[in-house]
Amino acid sequence: MSDPAYELIVGLEVHVQLSTQSKLFCGCSTIFGAASNTQVCPVCLGLPGALPVLNAEAVELAIRTGVALNCEMATFTKWDRKNYFYPDLPKGYQISQFDKPICGPGYLDFPDPEDSASMLRVRLTRAHLEEDAGKSMHDEAAGKADSRIDLNRTGTPLLEIVSEPDIRSAEAAKAYLTELRLLLTYLGVSDCNMQEGSLRADANVNLHIEQNGTKVATPIVEVKNLNSFRAVERALKYEAKRQYEHWQKTGQTIDDAAKQTRGWNDAAGVSTVQREKEESSDYRYFPDPDLVPLVIDEARLEAARAGLGELPGASRQRLRTEHGLKPYDADVVTSQGRAMVEYFDQLVSAGATAKRASSWVQQDVMRTLKEQEWEVEQFPITAPRLAELLAAIEAGEIDNTRAKEVFQLLLEKPELTSADAMQELGIEAVDQGEIESLCQELLDENPKVVSQVLDGNAKAVGALIGVAKKKNPNADPRQVREICLRLIEASR
Amino acid sequence: MSLTADEVAKVAKLARLTFESEELEKFAGQLGKIVDFVDQLSEVDTEGVEEMAHPLDVDSVVRPDVVTEGLSRDESLANSPSHDGEHFLVPPVMAR
Amino acid sequence: MSIENLSAVEIGRQIAAGKVSSVEVVKHFLNRIETFDNSVGAYVHVDGDRAIDRATSVDRDIKAGKVRAPLAGVPVAIKDVLCTSGVPTTCGSRMLENFVPPYTATCVSKLENASLVVLGKTNMDEFAMGGSTETSCHGLTRNPWDPERTAGGSSGGAAACLAAGMAPLSIGTDTGGSVRQPAAMCGVLGLKPTYGRVSRYGLVAFASSLDQVGALGHSVEDLAAVMEILAGHDPKDTTSLKTDVPAYRGLLEQDLKGVKVGLLRDQIDHSSLDPEIAAAVDRTRQQLEALGATISEVELPYTKYAVPTYYLVAPSEASGNLSRYDGVHYGYRADTSHSSDQTAPLDAMISASRSEGFGPEVKRRIMLGTFALSSGYYDAYYKKALKVRRLIAGDYQRAFEEADVLLGPMTPSPAFRLGEKVNDPVKMYLEDAFSVGANLAGLPGLSVPAGLTESGLPIGVQLQAPVLQEQRLLNVARSLEQAEFFKPALAPKYC
Repeated sequence: MSDPAYELIVGLEVHVQLSTQSKLFCGCSTIFGAASNTQVCPVCLGLPGALPVLNAEAVELAIRTGVALNCEMATFTKWDRKNYFYPDLPKGYQISQFDKPICGPGYLDFPDPEDSASMLRVRLTRAHLEEDAGKSMHDEAAGKADSRIDLNRTGTPLLEIVSEPDIRSAEAAKAYLTELRLLLTYLGVSDCNMQEGSLRADANVNLHIEQNGTKVATPIVEVKNLNSFRAVERALKYEAKRQYEHWQKTGQTIDDAAKQTRGWNDAAGVSTVQREKEESSDYRYFPDPDLVPLVIDEARLEAARAGLGELPGASRQRLRTEHGLKPYDADVVTSQGRAMVEYFDQLVSAGATAKRASSWVQQDVMRTLKEQEWEVEQFPITAPRLAELLAAIEAGEIDNTRAKEVFQLLLEKPELTSADAMQELGIEAVDQGEIESLCQELLDENPKVVSQVLDGNAKAVGALIGVAKKKNPNADPRQVREICLRLIEASR
Repeated sequence: MSLTADEVAKVAKLARLTFESEELEKFAGQLGKIVDFVDQLSEVDTEGVEEMAHPLDVDSVVRPDVVTEGLSRDESLANSPSHDGEHFLVPPVMAR
Repeated sequence: MSIENLSAVEIGRQIAAGKVSSVEVVKHFLNRIETFDNSVGAYVHVDGDRAIDRATSVDRDIKAGKVRAPLAGVPVAIKDVLCTSGVPTTCGSRMLENFVPPYTATCVSKLENASLVVLGKTNMDEFAMGGSTETSCHGLTRNPWDPERTAGGSSGGAAACLAAGMAPLSIGTDTGGSVRQPAAMCGVLGLKPTYGRVSRYGLVAFASSLDQVGALGHSVEDLAAVMEILAGHDPKDTTSLKTDVPAYRGLLEQDLKGVKVGLLRDQIDHSSLDPEIAAAVDRTRQQLEALGATISEVELPYTKYAVPTYYLVAPSEASGNLSRYDGVHYGYRADTSHSSDQTAPLDAMISASRSEGFGPEVKRRIMLGTFALSSGYYDAYYKKALKVRRLIAGDYQRAFEEADVLLGPMTPSPAFRLGEKVNDPVKMYLEDAFSVGANLAGLPGLSVPAGLTESGLPIGVQLQAPVLQEQRLLNVARSLEQAEFFKPALAPKYC
């Protein structure tokens, strides 16, 4: 992907909606999808005389996120007003944090998309709490009708996580966001649902171009409306190409042009310049006199650190080193979230081998979750039950194919033990001698197959396996194949 | 300090206020006088003085994360100059 | 004695004793409003039926023994900057001319819970920005002592309705003197409590770090009684203090022996101070001395910068607080649908609504505040003012190491003529020279009547105390009242 002529430089600003019941400064519900203007009160409507009161849980979630992101945490933080006029901002200012954010510099490590065994690091500038704006619905087509304003979302708590310009490719941007989302869901601070706007990204992008041995930088562009990870990836690739071509045409560098804001149109696959408000940069931030500062003591930060539990980076590491999973497998299991890692751990501690547990989790369990649209917590087969089944496979009591039948039955009747389920399906361990005589019988009945094998075509024995299964459903195909080949060899 | 009509116009734009040109000049004159008046603070030595945004030393007042009853839609739209029974209505951002 | 000459507490006693009903009292004041308010303009909204209904139910509750509050059944006037559910709340602005809040300010709810009866909403300078109650969209308020003069402001209606006997008790707000200055000019008591002592929830914000709800009345006991109702923490206002509320009425009767009064010499010698007011401060000093207080002179060297500091801090906060008036969700919306420029219809609507909805003084302050916060000027103006504010607060702190209360003039002059200052902003701002310090430092201040000028205009002197020491102010004022240094008095025309 990389054009050797330039290096892509990206910083991301991510707005995450925190999973609180009520809004940041009032008691209105934050549930998505309610009828317009029904989750509002004097405070979030910005009615004259109404006053904000800080939600304790939003602070708690911000602290948890900050310590998980290795941030230098503020012990004194405060609220500032960011002043601008827009109809979905009913007070004419947004309550945000300007010079004393709750989370200071930190970093996030994540797997390198080009090599899952190594890690990349993005430094974080800061993360601060702020209230969300409402929703404006414009008459895009004709542009004639009035815009409609819904203030249900107004005042929803957001954590804005700002990265340093440490990202060097569209793929890395996507990997960073993927890891961030995984971490936030591990922490339970956000559902990170992009369709509902719970996670929104803006990108600051420019290029460093090698020219005659010196490096020139193109003007910085902020790309907005990145509503999916795919959109982030596409928009960055588009922007890199666009900036390079623009530079080739105009030679404009960072010193020649002010920062531009562009909106990404995912359907059209292009970005367009957004209307510049000439005074937009003058937000006249000042301390919000309606809200008192927030003091966070070291003990509270310590408690937050202690309560974090195992984070994705540590999970991956542990699955690899303690359980011997390959980096790819460790990553897939970890990426399913904390509950899946716990399920995996339970399988192993109930006796399943890590390798088999990983394989079943990645195939059968994940496929079922996807088909049924279940969360891990809703998965009906408990880890000990599934572990029994995996142990039976391990012991050769049942083959993989039949085990999948047992798995299906357990999904329907999760109250059964694996043994009961096997019994209900008529599965029982078959005696070695019984299989031997079955095989001999088959060879006697099929001399053609025997001669083919003797002619060097070992695959021909496959024709017998289906017949063996019919005669005895509990016959392990692998075993049938091995015994048949051995008997033919012996007859030579 | 005298404020030019241009400077005043810039501030007016930030504040979303419009003035007729005559009014603007009058305002510029008055604002200039007020700014002159408040300018006397520049003679105060405030080296090392901490800003005082709040009159009292109070911090960390929070509420529990509990949903409380708000307003009905009818109540929230009741004072709106224009609405469709569900939304507040405003003229479009861009040209018609 | 006619009802309008009784203190609020006395009216409450008579209602409690069954000598008069709340309905009779309310009707009495409604009649007086009907008779006199045309010539005063104290009220902007009176809903007699609502008040009588309310009084009827209070009477019922009292009869049933359900209510024992000292001010139960007593009427009260509310400044039109405090939200009252279902009742217009206009802040004297065309912007909110049709605004009917869906909720009630905490202080008003507390009064209603204590069974007081709201008579109506009183006039004020637009958005409480002014010192003369001349900028209201409802017209001006006249001083009952002299109709050609201002009642003061911004709570001019709140003070005038008391002076004309159109209410026994009145609630105002004080951002830079708006309770105390009109009280002084109308010859009544006016208390601005400590910042945070009374909830601001439902007080339409002018400058949030300075605004405070206050009370105006004819007697010290009235103020003490109403403060017991108003004061206290409100979970809806995080800047309201959690400190327990003293039983103010029980603390009134303490003598002044050993009380240290600090005399603000700089203010008394101030070049702008009217000599008659200086003389009144001196009379007050003598009286306090006679009552056993010890007097010393204290200095507040930085308070000479209080007015310019105030006129940066307050407009800056106001510029943000008043951004919500954009014609979108409530309030005035200009009709720009036929305007010639249709390039940005939304911006045009917002700008036109604000320009038509706000009066000149409000616009001036929004402009000044926007300027002070704008990039390039922030440090030199807004930030600088916050630093000087700290120095001013430090002055007070030092002064209160030497004195229990401070005594000085309330206003530079008695009530000035209507029209005299309204078009000269700086001249008007200088009216606040003695009042804004308490707001900047968050301290309580009380305006106490101190006689009349030769021409018969009321004079007020100011007492200031440390944070949360309202009872000291009330205690000193009560001693003056008992010594008959001042007496509750209606303006002569309204007796």
